Amino acid sequence: MQWKTADYAGWGRAIRVRGTLTRPERLGALATALTGRGPAIGNFRSYGDAALNAGGAAVQMTRLDRLLSFDAETGVLEAEAGTTIAELLRVFAPRGWMPPVMPGTGFATLGGCIANDVHGKNHHDAGSFGQHVLAVTLMTDTGPRAVTPEADPGLFRATMGGLGQTGAILSARLQLRPIPGQRMRVVETRIPDFDAFIAALGGSTAEFTVGWVDATARRKRLGRGILEEGELLEGSRPGPMRRAKSVPFDAPGLLLSWPVVKLFNRWRLARIPDSGRKRIRALDEFFFPLDALHDWNRLYGKRGFHQFQCVVPQDAAPALREILAAIAKSGIASPLAVLKRMGPGRAGHLSFPMAGYTLAVDLPARKTRAAPLYARLEDMVQAAGGRLYLAKDALARPGTIAAMYPELDAWRAEIARIDPEGQMETDLVRRLKLRSAA
Amino acid sequence: MSETWLILGASSSMARAFARKLAERGDGVILAGRDMADLDRDAADARLRGAALAETIRVDLRDPASFDAILARMSDCEGTVSVAIFTGAMPPQSEIDADPALIEGVAIDNFTGPARLLQMLAPLIEARGAGTVVGIGSVAGDRGRIGNYVYGAAKAGFHTYLSGLRNRLTRAGGHVVTVKPGFTDTAMTWGIEGMFLVAPPDKVATDILRAVERRRNVIYTPLFWLGIMGIIRAIPEPVFKKLSI
Repeated sequence: MQWKTADYAGWGRAIRVRGTLTRPERLGALATALTGRGPAIGNFRSYGDAALNAGGAAVQMTRLDRLLSFDAETGVLEAEAGTTIAELLRVFAPRGWMPPVMPGTGFATLGGCIANDVHGKNHHDAGSFGQHVLAVTLMTDTGPRAVTPEADPGLFRATMGGLGQTGAILSARLQLRPIPGQRMRVVETRIPDFDAFIAALGGSTAEFTVGWVDATARRKRLGRGILEEGELLEGSRPGPMRRAKSVPFDAPGLLLSWPVVKLFNRWRLARIPDSGRKRIRALDEFFFPLDALHDWNRLYGKRGFHQFQCVVPQDAAPALREILAAIAKSGIASPLAVLKRMGPGRAGHLSFPMAGYTLAVDLPARKTRAAPLYARLEDMVQAAGGRLYLAKDALARPGTIAAMYPELDAWRAEIARIDPEGQMETDLVRRLKLRSAA
Repeated sequence: MSETWLILGASSSMARAFARKLAERGDGVILAGRDMADLDRDAADARLRGAALAETIRVDLRDPASFDAILARMSDCEGTVSVAIFTGAMPPQSEIDADPALIEGVAIDNFTGPARLLQMLAPLIEARGAGTVVGIGSVAGDRGRIGNYVYGAAKAGFHTYLSGLRNRLTRAGGHVVTVKPGFTDTAMTWGIEGMFLVAPPDKVATDILRAVERRRNVIYTPLFWLGIMGIIRAIPEPVFKKLSI
């Protein structure tokens, strides 16, 4: 088994660690790699330190990406954990099926989607990713072990959103959903302010919704942005192909400076006429808008960025307004602010979703103000009865996280049983003391 | 007409990427290797992606007795029979320096093993009057370098063999594509120092399939290796012998 020492980072690139990595291409190599080493990791799409193991070992699963079985009658798919969501969409959309829940990037792996119990633009309807997983196969010391919600409810629940702590996910059985065609009708509407946004998200009947918020707008215009509503269209014609471009080098700081971001956001809004805009788009274009630009995280320069993502309960929308106001007031440029409605659906003890509203904002790490701002926002989220998303987090404190995740003790009990020696621990788990009742 | 490919060394990431592309074209694939449990998963993958047929078969290049079953299986296939050879091994030159007996293994894995099997399959391709042979060589075979000249020599031998086989099969309607990949992001290169411009296996597989469809003779993939190797080949020997590149 080949190991290499390498520097690696999460998608935000603000935390960079050195550790040993291997990337098995066959089952036998995986078994060897896992014996007594470290956690399994995917495609480095979690932002903070959820998939890092500084000074230790990690097993990258991306080359174990084979489709194992598919039932064209029921839409039940089994695939290896390294398969990406974009690949599932590419292969199965022409046959009339797609993953029932898709995160904002198609580069996320099946294993990563499970380990973070991700959500998509249809969370209010469809729930979280883990709710569509029928079984997972964990690689244990004694070989593969199938875990189902019927036979092992506790272990299954601890695995959904379980940050890889129950063991390496080798493969999973996923219920795909039928689709009428491969294109979407997308309606974009300009929204003047935060309250209007909450009202519009609540009033939308579309299956897929996402709000893009101009996080540089303040006072009267606070929370202005664009509401995107998507519906699947019938018809066999696929959407237009897109050609991905890549960011060849780390961008200079100027690119994302306050005036540039402000101008960009104003231009984005100005493109949408008052009456709204209707467009027909390809599935991947709607679901993975940023994937068209490979390595877009380099736009934040060498020092990277943090992403703050919180969810607050339905009745705490005013608190979310205050959180957004604090971000806007801080003057830390964040062109990519996303506001979404969430339903109650969640599959694991540590799943992020709760019925309410979620806000995600990028905070460039080159600003020394990013960390203090994050701490303030963290307190505001806790006071509002909300929680932070561990897949994005790099800065939170153990106490607040424990308060935000009431099922943490139940999760700990399962983890203590399945991985008593802590072999699967990651930097995030250690930083937030997730496994040690402190 | 249906086309069935024998993929040798099917567990490698480059072969897997190529087999997937064949499967999406609707071709049949017979995956040959040694790790049968793992190959079964590759076969399932190929079937789900649209392969007309996806089977596994055991082959050990160091055990030519295993070739008979392969010839028999390929003879049973209807339509065009094609072969892609992805086998190869590159032990560090320092290990070979310490144990010269390793040379024979390198020669078998990279040259004589595949050549012997191809020699058995050539009459089948001639009889069908069609079929493609894809042989994975290496840029390392273009010039002997201090860092890996035994591996390079085996690949150079394979290049020459493929050239001759092309000369032969062309007369019968067959074709041979020699592929010279540069550094590719596979298990073979994982963690090796000094790698640069490393190409993903999927990119290499795309290039190979295009070369097959266009009946190209020799390709470098990615293409810029043609330029790099052009320069390296042009360095006069009196100078080259003093370099360590």
